[in-house]
Parts: sequence; C-alpha cells; structure tokens
Amino acid sequence: MLTQVPISWFLTLSAVLFALGVAGFLFRRSIITVFMSIELMLNAVNLSFITFSYHRQSIDGHLFAFFVMVVAAAEAAVGLAIILTIFKNRATLSIDDVDSMKN
Amino acid sequence: MDVILFLVFAIIAVLCAINVVVQTHPISSAISLVGVMGSLAVLYLLLGAEFLAAAQVIVYAGAIMVLFVFVIMLLNAGSESKKGRSLMAQLLGVPLLVAFLALMAYFVERLFPSTTMVHFGGFTGGGVKEIGRALFTTYLLPFEVTSVLILIAILGAIVLARKEMD
Repeated sequence: MLTQVPISWFLTLSAVLFALGVAGFLFRRSIITVFMSIELMLNAVNLSFITFSYHRQSIDGHLFAFFVMVVAAAEAAVGLAIILTIFKNRATLSIDDVDSMKN
Repeated sequence: MDVILFLVFAIIAVLCAINVVVQTHPISSAISLVGVMGSLAVLYLLLGAEFLAAAQVIVYAGAIMVLFVFVIMLLNAGSESKKGRSLMAQLLGVPLLVAFLALMAYFVERLFPSTTMVHFGGFTGGGVKEIGRALFTTYLLPFEVTSVLILIAILGAIVLARKEMD
C-alpha cells in the first residue's frame, strides 16, 4: 500500500482535466459553456505548474499559477462582457449562429 | 492517508469535470465547475501551495464563478439545442479522447517514474510570506504589468457592456 502519492498521478490528473476541457470546448454549442471549458483548461495547467513546483522544490511555479489566475480573472471579465454584447445584438447564445466571419 | 486524500479529491474533480462537459444546462455546468475548483484547492494544499489554495477558492470559486452564474441568470440561458452535431464527432470523439489520455499517461509515467513522491508537508515554501517576497523582488515587473492588464480589462468590460448614450 502506497503511503505517498507519485508525482505522475498529479500530472495525469492534470492531463485528464485538460482533455475534458478541450472536449467541452470542441463539442459544446453554448458560448457560456465553451467559456467554462477554457477555465477548466486553465485550472488543469495550474495544477501542472504547482506539481512541477513541488518536484523542483522551488516557488517559481506558484508565481506562474498566480499570474495565470490573475489573467483568467481579467479574461472572464472581458469575455463575459463580450457575451453580453453578442446576446444584446443577436439574441442568441449558440456559437453556430455567430458566424459573420464565415465566407 | 495522502493517497486516500488524493484519490478522493481527484475522483471528485474528474467526475465534476465530466459533468461540466455533459450537462446541457449552463447553470449545472457552472456548479460542477465550482466542484472541480474546490477539489483542486485541496490538491494544492497537498502540494504545499497554501496561498494558491486560498486564492483558488476566493478568486476562482468565489469571484469568477459568481460572475459566470450572474451572466447565466442575466441572459436567462436555457439548455442548448442538440442539432447540427456530426455523426463523425459522436462516434470518434470519446475513443480519440481515451487514446489521447492513454498516450499522455504513458509518456508521463515514462518521463516521471516515481522518483518524487508527494506527501503533505513535503514542500513548505508556498505560504504568503514566500509568495509575497518572490512577488515583490524577482517578479516585480510582471506584477506591475499585471496591474495594468487588470485596469485595461476593467475599462474594456465597461466599454463593451455600457449602454449607448446619445
């Protein structure tokens, strides 16, 4: 019976969460859910940063994760404002209907 | 003990993440995402990142997800329609995802054989004091740039979401 967790388990968990985020980003049709999938991917990357920080016994990974968090907060504010504007102009939340850049 | 803690919260995180992708109603996805972030905060504590665990709960689960739920309520977002999904994606999506994950796990296992074992208290440099010292010495310039970035984000959000006056 293991008493300590191998570092590869954390990295695998991070990969699983990232892959689920990619799947949500590609398969979902609602703008808000696509946006939440991006947040899921950012969280997975943060877990990797902190795991490598533990591996190297240094604090640099924590700072990277901190900056990722800050950028994610800024991105959420701007992204949700964009979603509000799209909804105001087009009255839809489906990414299939927002295709004015096509053709 | 550490293994049990990791397994419990890793399984919660994965189940909640699957729920984020599978649920059709955005509010269910948002609540599941809060579950992912909460369990990740526990894993950060296991890795010795005390400050980031607190920041994860406050910033992500607190601020960002409240913003999401607020927008979902404001737009009265309902369940998404199922139309226009290609047969190819339905058939190949999940097997390709599993193949990708198996490949990833294989490479991670090969690159990081169990030389480093994680146990609680194995890394003590993740407190507020150490983070603050690094933030205001080594990472001072990125920190200042970040404040400018947040200012720009606030201005951008206001400009995008304001009502047209005139």
